[in-house]
Amino acid sequence: MNYDIIVVGGGHAGCEASLAASRLGHRTLLVTGNIKNIADMPCNPSIGGPAKGILVREIDALGGEMGINTDKSHIQLKMLNTKKGPAVRALRAQADKVTYANNMLETLKRQENLEIKEAIVDDLVVENGKVLGIKSENGETINSKIVILTTGTYLKADVLVGDKRTSSGPHGEKPAKNLSDNLRKLGLTIQRLKTGTPPRIERSSIDFSELEREDGDDILRTFSYDINPLYKIEEQVPCYLTYTNLKTHEIINENLNKSSMYGGYVTGIGPRYCPSIEDKVVKFHDKERHQLFLEPESLSYDDIYLQGFSTSMPNDVQEKMVHSLKGLENAKILKYAYAIEYDAIDPLEMKPSLENKIIENLFTAGQINGTSGYEEAAAQGLMAGINASLKLQEKEPLILKRNEAYIGVLIDDLVTKGTNEPYRMLTSRAEYRLLLRHDNADIRLREYGYQVGLIDDKRYQNFQNKLHDIEELTNYLKNNKLTTKDNKVIENLDTSPILDGITYYDLLKRPGITLEKLLTTLNLNLYYNKEVLEQVEISIKYEGYIRKSLIDANRLKQLESIEIPEDFDYSLVQNIATEARQKFLKIRPRTLGQASRISGVNPSDIAVLSVFLKRYKHD
Amino acid sequence: MNDTIASIATSLGVGAISIIRVSGTEAIKIVNKIFKGKDLKKVASHTIHYGHIINNEEIIDEVLVSVMKKPKTYTMEDVVEINCHGGIASTNKVLELLLLNGCRLASPGEFTKRAFLNGRIDLIEAEAVSDLINSETDLERKVAINGLEGNLSKLIKDIRNNLLNIISNIEVNIDYPEYQDIYEVTLEDLKKQVPNIKIKLEKLVMDYENTKLLHKGINVAIIGRPNVGKSSLLNKLLDENKAIVTNIPGTTRDIVEGTIYLDGIKLNIIDTAGIRETNDVVESIGVSKSLKALKNANLILLLLNNNEEITNEDKDLISKTNDKTTIIVINKNDLNTKLDLTTLNLENVVSINTIDNQGIDSLKNKIKELFNFDMINNSDFTYITNLRQITKIKEALNILNELEIGINQEQDLDILEMDLKDIWNTLGLIIGESYDEELLDDLFKNFCVGK
Repeated sequence: MNYDIIVVGGGHAGCEASLAASRLGHRTLLVTGNIKNIADMPCNPSIGGPAKGILVREIDALGGEMGINTDKSHIQLKMLNTKKGPAVRALRAQADKVTYANNMLETLKRQENLEIKEAIVDDLVVENGKVLGIKSENGETINSKIVILTTGTYLKADVLVGDKRTSSGPHGEKPAKNLSDNLRKLGLTIQRLKTGTPPRIERSSIDFSELEREDGDDILRTFSYDINPLYKIEEQVPCYLTYTNLKTHEIINENLNKSSMYGGYVTGIGPRYCPSIEDKVVKFHDKERHQLFLEPESLSYDDIYLQGFSTSMPNDVQEKMVHSLKGLENAKILKYAYAIEYDAIDPLEMKPSLENKIIENLFTAGQINGTSGYEEAAAQGLMAGINASLKLQEKEPLILKRNEAYIGVLIDDLVTKGTNEPYRMLTSRAEYRLLLRHDNADIRLREYGYQVGLIDDKRYQNFQNKLHDIEELTNYLKNNKLTTKDNKVIENLDTSPILDGITYYDLLKRPGITLEKLLTTLNLNLYYNKEVLEQVEISIKYEGYIRKSLIDANRLKQLESIEIPEDFDYSLVQNIATEARQKFLKIRPRTLGQASRISGVNPSDIAVLSVFLKRYKHD
Repeated sequence: MNDTIASIATSLGVGAISIIRVSGTEAIKIVNKIFKGKDLKKVASHTIHYGHIINNEEIIDEVLVSVMKKPKTYTMEDVVEINCHGGIASTNKVLELLLLNGCRLASPGEFTKRAFLNGRIDLIEAEAVSDLINSETDLERKVAINGLEGNLSKLIKDIRNNLLNIISNIEVNIDYPEYQDIYEVTLEDLKKQVPNIKIKLEKLVMDYENTKLLHKGINVAIIGRPNVGKSSLLNKLLDENKAIVTNIPGTTRDIVEGTIYLDGIKLNIIDTAGIRETNDVVESIGVSKSLKALKNANLILLLLNNNEEITNEDKDLISKTNDKTTIIVINKNDLNTKLDLTTLNLENVVSINTIDNQGIDSLKNKIKELFNFDMINNSDFTYITNLRQITKIKEALNILNELEIGINQEQDLDILEMDLKDIWNTLGLIIGESYDEELLDDLFKNFCVGK
């Protein structure tokens, strides 16, 4: 059997990778340990949130599946940060874990060129530094031109509860015991990471009556640019809030030595932004309470996810801890919290295309690259699928820049700075976040999706129409003026009278005036859809700040445009500090811009390198 | 980058010995070519050798040569230092020979720049070292040493920490909007905190202006009609000071007649009298020369003659100096008073004669008063000593002004936070720090969030 591309792992990265590869016409095989776990959400039941929600929009703009699949599968949807500026708004959905997985599996099954197979992969077939296929646990070899590893937390996974360590993936699934050792033998650096998940509580055992309720928004929205909302506002399911209290903290402090982490049973490094409740209580000992969220996992079963309560305490202590919480005094724990340790590669050994530097035609995406989160995984999976396909077509890889997409920030951070804790996307990681908004993901990326071939003509045409409308409306606002004679009408906009002629465009810049208000008050018979109005309004109202970001981004572009040859001999450049030289040799930055972002590299190193590259080019 | 550079490392004219420093891969080879004594290519590192600098068998100077091989040198390159004994002329000749044999004349601060580029010292240290080398007076040395110990770094770090606390709080509000227990930064907070940061930055700029006076000295122009006593005043000022640094004609664009130190602060005295008198031209030229000298002066000493009535020319000069810090010096107060200034309503008038010191002392006190010598002397001078640093601080202040406009327009906090970050980053460049990781560390150290 010969495939173009084999994707190992059926999580969020694997689904996007195999869909992109097969949609681009490549014969693709998705290998998973258990078909039942395809598109599984072993942790929280939500998709999106600040920065992450924008990742999902970007995936959709490029032609990935996560946005549409979430729109088909959620039980609550919220726009976050609506009281802040447009740059930080983001959608978050409470996804139904059962329908999400089912819908994704259906999509995969329907997909042409894509086959799914159950097997545990043990090793890669590699010859002359080039991958030629995979070997499964039962000795079967399957050949392919490209292999994409999206193994999630399954590499040599150990589940930890208290002092108990069990070799297992999430839900008691079989881990891939040998693959990471074999990758190490092939020359890859392997690191050990850790993450954790909180207990699941039976819904009917919780007393919600005294808990704070959190409902979904009363405005219909979608992640995807291409579909209409599929849910009803009143059918959304609420979440609830509760808090830890001094009694909870007392229980935790008394039992600290029994926790896997504090008992010294864990070697992997956990993420800072996913602290266990033990961590929170110890590090923030003066805080009297910590906020917890009760999130329904699915309409099909009774589990409530207790967000904020990750722990690796033994089961009996978990019982006591949970019962100390308001509303959960009689709660029944359906699944105990656990920590999980797993192997990951060093992302510094990866090119920005997500291809491995040591083994050609091997791509990796998701938690194996040291990231955390469904959205981060899906984004990489999509890019790995796209770039594997482009490689087969002998085309240049698609590498998104930091000023183009959160996906660009994510991958650039990974391949430039590496990570030694599971990497989560945060808005603060994006220096050009005003350019990387929820609302303009399509304007930033749809063209790429179309060029690559994941956006069909119909979707592309809709996008072109939107661009056309935006331009038309913007021009209209620029070219039409109000004069002092119109001050009567202007009064109705609750703004001070004008002293001279003013264009609609400039009037819109005044605080408190929205485009919708302007159009209705002035009785302008212009009918554009909401997304067009939103786009025009944001780009006018924030014009000054956007321009500033663009200037900064252009400065970056200059550094990005100076390429460093892949085989560049750093020993030729004297006067570079030793630390910088070592980093350059390991990371082999592609551009001066990337080089400047490596930690431990000083501006002087970049200055020296830049001068040398200029001379090098001339010679 | 790695060519061999040379320059005179000591101040010309001061002390009996001048040192020429040579650094780079060819340093030993080049010096060896013009050195008569041991073969420097064969001597051990960090040794000193007696010999002569020769040019075609002609002895230029008797010297001691220190040979220091990389990496344990100031620049981390091969360094040779030549101690010359023969005064300015022969030292210049030795330097010229080095240049003829393949050295390049080092630009100011280039040795320190190499030390920095080769990773021996950090940026602030580099700047402080170069200031230390260039400093001529005790006060300057005080500033330079404070820079070395990182006082400026500490100040900038404090301001940055202040900013970082606000920034990371806003970031947490953005990334974790669902946490109700976390303090939500408001516009009011910014309205309170931003002005404090502004005051600190503005104080740095002000202190810079003062330290600049320390470095460059105060340019003092003595102007006045011919024969009013400019030369006498100059001579009196110079005579009073034994700490005179010789005047090297043509070393500055101004006509520096002499430099004196007043309480450790340098005064560059620019006199226009000498020129006019040697040229023996009509009196009007004296006025125009004086006006020219006005331009570059920080302080004007306008001389009037007590023994003569005020002339239109005097009045003209008085009005021309309106916008400058000026002291009206009335000379010849030992003679009959014919001058009447009552109608002119002048400030800062000092009356002197060139016979006793009483008037000169009150003139000096006046200068000290006008330039806040007390404050300068009592400052702790943790401050900015170079242009790169001050440019960055002014840049940060500019962004801060934009931020204030945004605050007044009640912009969204996440938008305003971009300016805060920009200021934080710009200040980071001063101390060579700007890591995003720093922000994330702070964020997760101070806020308890996450599932």
